[in-house]
Formats: sequence, C-alpha cells, structure tokens
Amino acid sequence: MTEPIEATLINRSGQRSSLQSLAIKARLQRRYRAERRFRWVGVATIMFSGLMLSALLGTIIVNGMGAFWQSRFNVEIMFDPEMISPSGSREPEALALGDYQALVRRALLMHITNAGDRSGKRALMELVSDGAAYALRDMVMADPGIIGSRRKVGLLASDLVDQFVKGNIPRNVSTDRRKISDHQIAWIDSLRNVGVLTTNFTLDILTCSNSRQPELAGVWGALIGSIMTMLVTLALAVPVGVSGAVYLEEFAAKTSWTDMLEVNINNLAAVPSIVFGLLGLSMFLNVFGMPRSSVMIGGVVLALMTLPTIIIAARSALKAVPPSIREAALGVGASKLQVVMHHVLPLAAPGILTGTILGLARALGETAPLLLIGMVAFVVDVPASLSDPSTVLPVQIYMWSGASERGWIERTSAAIMLLLLVLIVMNAVAVFLRKKFERRW
Amino acid sequence: MPTTALFSVIAMLTVVGFVLGRSRAMAVSQGRLSRLHSIPSYHGYYVALWAGLPTFLLLMAWAVAEGPLLLALVHAQLPERLLVEYGQRSALILTDIMNAVHGITSGHEPDQAIIEAAKLYNRFRELAENCVVALGSALALAGLVYARQQISQGMHARNRVEAAVLVLLVLCSLVAIMTTIGIILSLLFEAIRFFARVALTDFLFGLHWNPQAAFSDDTAGSFGAVPLFTGTLLITAIAMVVAVPIGLMAAVYMSEYATPRVRAVAKPMLEILAGIPTVVYGFFAALTMAPLIRDAGLSLGLVVSSQSALAAGVVMGIMIIPFISSLSDDVINAVPQSLRDGSYGLGATKSETICHVILPAALPGIVAAVMLAVSRAIGETMIVAMAAGLGANLTANPLAAVTTVTVQIAATIRGDQEFDSPKTLSVFGLGLVLFIVTLVLNYIALRVVQKYREKYD
Repeated sequence: MTEPIEATLINRSGQRSSLQSLAIKARLQRRYRAERRFRWVGVATIMFSGLMLSALLGTIIVNGMGAFWQSRFNVEIMFDPEMISPSGSREPEALALGDYQALVRRALLMHITNAGDRSGKRALMELVSDGAAYALRDMVMADPGIIGSRRKVGLLASDLVDQFVKGNIPRNVSTDRRKISDHQIAWIDSLRNVGVLTTNFTLDILTCSNSRQPELAGVWGALIGSIMTMLVTLALAVPVGVSGAVYLEEFAAKTSWTDMLEVNINNLAAVPSIVFGLLGLSMFLNVFGMPRSSVMIGGVVLALMTLPTIIIAARSALKAVPPSIREAALGVGASKLQVVMHHVLPLAAPGILTGTILGLARALGETAPLLLIGMVAFVVDVPASLSDPSTVLPVQIYMWSGASERGWIERTSAAIMLLLLVLIVMNAVAVFLRKKFERRW
Repeated sequence: MPTTALFSVIAMLTVVGFVLGRSRAMAVSQGRLSRLHSIPSYHGYYVALWAGLPTFLLLMAWAVAEGPLLLALVHAQLPERLLVEYGQRSALILTDIMNAVHGITSGHEPDQAIIEAAKLYNRFRELAENCVVALGSALALAGLVYARQQISQGMHARNRVEAAVLVLLVLCSLVAIMTTIGIILSLLFEAIRFFARVALTDFLFGLHWNPQAAFSDDTAGSFGAVPLFTGTLLITAIAMVVAVPIGLMAAVYMSEYATPRVRAVAKPMLEILAGIPTVVYGFFAALTMAPLIRDAGLSLGLVVSSQSALAAGVVMGIMIIPFISSLSDDVINAVPQSLRDGSYGLGATKSETICHVILPAALPGIVAAVMLAVSRAIGETMIVAMAAGLGANLTANPLAAVTTVTVQIAATIRGDQEFDSPKTLSVFGLGLVLFIVTLVLNYIALRVVQKYREKYD
C-alpha cells in the first residue's frame, strides 16, 4: 500500500505551501479508506469461496461418515434342518428355498418376549434388514455342514433401526410423525442394553453392489464400472488425441484449414457435456446399435468429450519443446517423423500425461451424458465385459440422491467421499508429475 | 468373443511381421547394411503395417456396420403379424429385439416373436463374426507375405512407413471435426423429424410445455419451449449475479494484492472448487442450500418452493466462481506492467489503478470470460436436475420452481425410448437450440480472447 506523502511545493512568490491542507487531507483519508474497503472486499470473496468449499465438504463428510458404521443384531442362530430343508435334501436348489426368514424371527424372539401377535411379530421383523435372511441363505449354501448347529451371527439391522440408533430419527416427536413405533423403540432400547444390538465400523459400502435397500447398497459395482469406462476412454482418447496434436503442431502447415480445425477443437471443448450424450444416443445407440448402458458406449462418449482437452494439453506440451531440439535432430539426418518420435514426444510426455490425467478426472466426474445413454439402469452385477450393462460412480450418486429414505443420504455422501478421494488422488498425481518433470528451457 | 481372438491374432502377426521383415532386410543386405536404403527396422515396420492395418480397418468397418446390417437381416425375417402389431411404432421393434439380445428386460415379458428374432440375431452374429475372423486372419497373412516379398535393397521402406504414419496422424486430427459433424448431423436429423410434427414457431414461441399431455396426433400447445428458456435464463442470471462479482474480485485480489503465501493457499482452494463434479454440487444444492433458502424465506414470511431457482442458481454460481476467476486472472495478468506503473506514477492508489486502468484495459477479456461462463451455466445439467425440478413454470420469481432446457433433456431420455414419439424427438429440438446458443457464445468469446491476447503480446 502506498504510504501518505509529505509533499511540499514552492509557490510562485517563493513561499512554501503545504499540500497537507485540510481539504487534501480529508480527500486522502477518503481515498485510503476506499482502498482499504476494496481490499477487504477482495479478502471477503476469497473467504466466501473457502467458506463454501468447507460447507460443501463438511456437509458431505458429516453425512457420509455414518455410512461406515452399521447396526447389527448379534444373535445366536439355530440352523434348524426343519426350516432350511424339510425334505432333508442338501442340494443347492432345495437349500435356496429354505425359510431363512423364520430362522431370523426365532432368533429375535429369543430376546424379545413381548412381541405378541402376528402384527407385533411383523413390527419386530421390520427391525431386521431383508438382507439378513439372504446372508443366512448364503452361509448355508456355502457350507451346508452348518445345518443343525448353532452359530453367533451378526444380522444386519434395517435402515429404520440404523438411522434411529444414529439419532437421525428423533425420539421425541409424536408417533405419527416418525416411521418407527413406540414398541419398536422399546425393543431397540432393550436390545441395545443387553448388547445384542451394536453399531460397528464397517467397509461394507465399498465392497457391496447396488441394492434397493440403503443398508445393503454399496459402490463396488459402480466403482468397477467407472474404472472400466475410464480405461476405454483412456485407450481411445489418448492415442487419437496425441496423434492429432502431433499432426497439428509438428506437421500441418498453418493454413485456413488447420485454423478451422483449431477453432473447431476449442469450440468442441466448450460444448455442453449433455450434447455428447445426445450424440451417443442417436449415433452410437440408434445408428450403430451399440449395447445400451454398456461400459463400451459410456467410454466412447466420454472419450469424444475428453478428446479436445487432451489435444489442447498435448499441443501446449509439444509447443513448449524448444525448436533447437528439432533442429539439432534434423541436422544429424533424422527424418521429420524420427525427430518427433525420438526427441520431441518423449520430452513432451510429462506435460501430455498431466493434461491427460486432468482430462480423465473431469470425465470421471461426468454424469449428464451417461444418463442419456442409459447408464442409469439399476445394475446389481459387476460388469464383466465391455458390453455388459453397468453404471458409474457419479450416476450412482445421482440415482441414490433421489431416494427418500434417510439412509440414502448417508450412502450418497459416502459415495461422494469416495469419488472426491479418487479425484484428489488423480489431481495430486498430476501436480506431482508436473513438479517432478517440469523442465524450463 | 471371436473378435477378441482376432485382435490377439493381429497383434501376434504384427510382431511376427516385424521380426520377419527385419531379418529379411538383413538377409538381402548380404552382410552390409549400408547397401539398404532404409535401416532394417523400417522394413520390419513395413511388413508389420501390412500385416496389421488391413485387418484392423476390416474390424473397424465391421464394428460400424455390424449392428445395422444384422438388424436389417433380422428385420426382413420378422413375421407379418408383429409388424402389424407394432404398426406406427415400428422403430420400437428393433429396440425390443436389441434389449432381448442383451438380456435387458424392461418390465414386461417380450413377445415370443421378439425372442425368436433375438435368437436369429445371435445366430447371424455368430456366423458373421466367424466370417470376419477367417477373412481377417487371411488378410493379415496375405499382407505379411506380400510385404515380405517386396523387400529389396533399394526399397524405400522408411518413406513408405512414414507416409502411412502421417496418414494415420491426419486421420486422428480429423476425429475432432468428425465429432462436431456427428453432433450437428444427429441433432439436425432428429430435430427435423420433430419439427415436421411440431411447428418451429410453436416450439420457439409457445408458452406451455407439457410433453406428457402430447399424443402422436395432437401436439398443439404441448411443446412451447419459452418456459424452459426463461427458466434457463433465470437460473443462469442468478448464477452470474453470484459468480461474476465474486470471481472477478477474487481474481483481482489474487493477482494484485495477495502475498505469495495467501496465493499458495487460495489458488489450490479455487482449483479444488473447480474440480468438484457437478453431481456433488447438485447434491449440496438439494440437501443443504434448498432447505436453507426455504427456511430463510419462511422466517421472512415468503413462500419458497422446495426446489427453488434460487438454490440451484446460487450453487451454480459457486461452481462458476473458479471458472471466472481463473479466466480473468489470465486476462488481468496480461495487462502490461507499464500501465500500472503509469497509474501509480500519477499518484493513484491501488484500487483506483485497478478500477480505472486495469479493469478497463482487461474489459474485453473479462466480457469473454463471462460469456464462456454463461455458456457453461446454460449447458449445466446436474445441479439443475437435482435442485431445480421439472415444473415448467413461466415465471421470473427466483423463489419458485422452474425447469431448464438441459433438465428436460436429461429427464426425458433414458436411452431406451421409442424414437417416434414427439416427446422423445423434442429433446433433439432442445439440444439443437442449446448447441447453437452455446456455440455462438463460445465462438465469440474465444475470438475476443484470441484477439485480445495478440494485442498485448
């Protein structure tokens, strides 16, 4: 900041007159105040951005941490042969039809004696996730030898119980304003007191695939879908983008045609992403008949979207290689292609890599175009090949965010945490590469 | 999958071709490599290209032609009954067949004839794929043998290889322009089909958007896109009111005031803000911002919709802050130091210099940055899809729910529509408008930026 100046002038009659007259002083004061104000506004905008960033991340983390804690009923299950396979058969088909729901009910009734009639038992069963019976079935199918024995099993609690235990469903409101009844609250309290109902840290959300029930849903399928889609994008966009950049930067003469190409690439980089979805829909789905919702078409659409970014990054990396390198190579008799392949491209590689990673990070977070090509299908299976229906992380986040149960907010936030983590790692790698290999000529 | 097998066959033959070509070149040089026009590796590349490229092109052509070709074959075999049954919605047959082929069930059990057609499709595909594999392998082998025979001392292997590589590079540089053409063609074709049913003027100037009510014959009054345009403009305007002052001020502060220490914290912070996916912003808008604004409105006695334009607009503004600040940062830094020094020399304070010298000098660039930001806001989908809702209300009230062009596109299309209904086709009309508007904005802005950059260089 400029310091106030004590200036004096000598007027025409030779007398010194101070500039610090009252009027000038006042004006200066005003101007410095304006200066300080301006500066504070600047600080405020930065602080506002920081505040919004922390509000955003804070919301996500506060909501998302809950998904890593889940409630379970630790009960003893009697694997009763009568209920699992009344016929006594141990074939998988027979075992799959067993009444595992009944096993769960009986185990719970060991601890809850006042469930009462049929509706009371139904209310009791609402405490347990639908997944609990399936988990028991899977246990039996994996090892039929446990039939007839008693095992300590952690049965997954339903979302209702989980959210209540975490305090997300308030206790002190009238019964008609909460989904959970007074009976159920009493059961939950008693089960917690005897240590049957516990809430423990778990990474299930990372290892499970999508589900209709929030307490069973995880991101594994979407994560694999994202990774496979990114591989397709990488395999298409990088060779094509880098080759195109090499041609434009190293071979093409500057004509109106290449000018047009350049304008086209810059414009393409700014086309709204959803338009690429429309392209994928009418071109690749309808004309070429590529499988809908598949990893392949998602990867192709994202590759076309990322292509301009990669071309622009590769061109600026190529531009940064000084002409002296090219001239020296040409001077010792290398052909133009040899100059590029042996000297220019290796020197530009770190820059190209950095640009590629940043472009991929953008593609990884992209949602809108994938909605249009049907990657919103409810997919439980992990995609095994490029033509399998799949979904990706951001689309999964979008789908979960629309569901109404409280548990989905937790799941969505946790999925966002994972997505942001991956993005941060990618960006950190890009920054590291830039720092490590950056060369000033 | 046989094509995967073909890929590995090509890869193997390419490597074999390289080795064979190279050793052949060594052999014809009769011990003195200087007798060869090109070094042996280039002969290797030459043979490898002949072995790999034709088959690769065949595979590419097949990948493009497979779907339409097989569907046409299957379509010719469909029973008359089915064609009558589907009648008007004939395009849907193919979609249903494809769904059956890929095992996607969309609720209802498919027709027996559709299942038959899907089986036929799979049989044809198997047959055709085997043909392609056989043809491809033969082609690769023939290419290899042919190229190897050509090798002689005087053959210009390097020039030929380099010519081929150059053609490849040119083709790659054309992909971007092909993409643009593809976008324009696909939007245009479907949009023309749409405008054949709904008059262009009804679409552009109609005041009611209600595609749910539109049936194939009666489309009048259902596809007026004005509420969508006003909704888009409203949200964009709110976003700009938030983003432009804050982004610009942040850029000014960062380039003129901030110490290196502050910059080292603030710049990555803005970059993180810029790198957050829009779906996350959308979640934030719906989960945090919308209830916040609704509660604030309620405490002031205002009626705020739970999906207000304000919530979506403010969050979109936050998303665009780093965009504007980084673009304006570049522009401000491009203003030459001499202008600043001149202003300081006249006794101006820093803020006076900024307001009266730097910003006017940077104005064209800043305007361009704002235009790019507007184009980005218009094309943004996820935030509005999650926070602004679907109600097509014609209103300028930021507290009401509005919808945008992009939301309508995303909400209508899920990848499996019948392409004959005007509702589905309307999406391409909207897409065309979106594309043209953003293209014009981007084009002007990029030209301004370019021109401006040259001025101070």
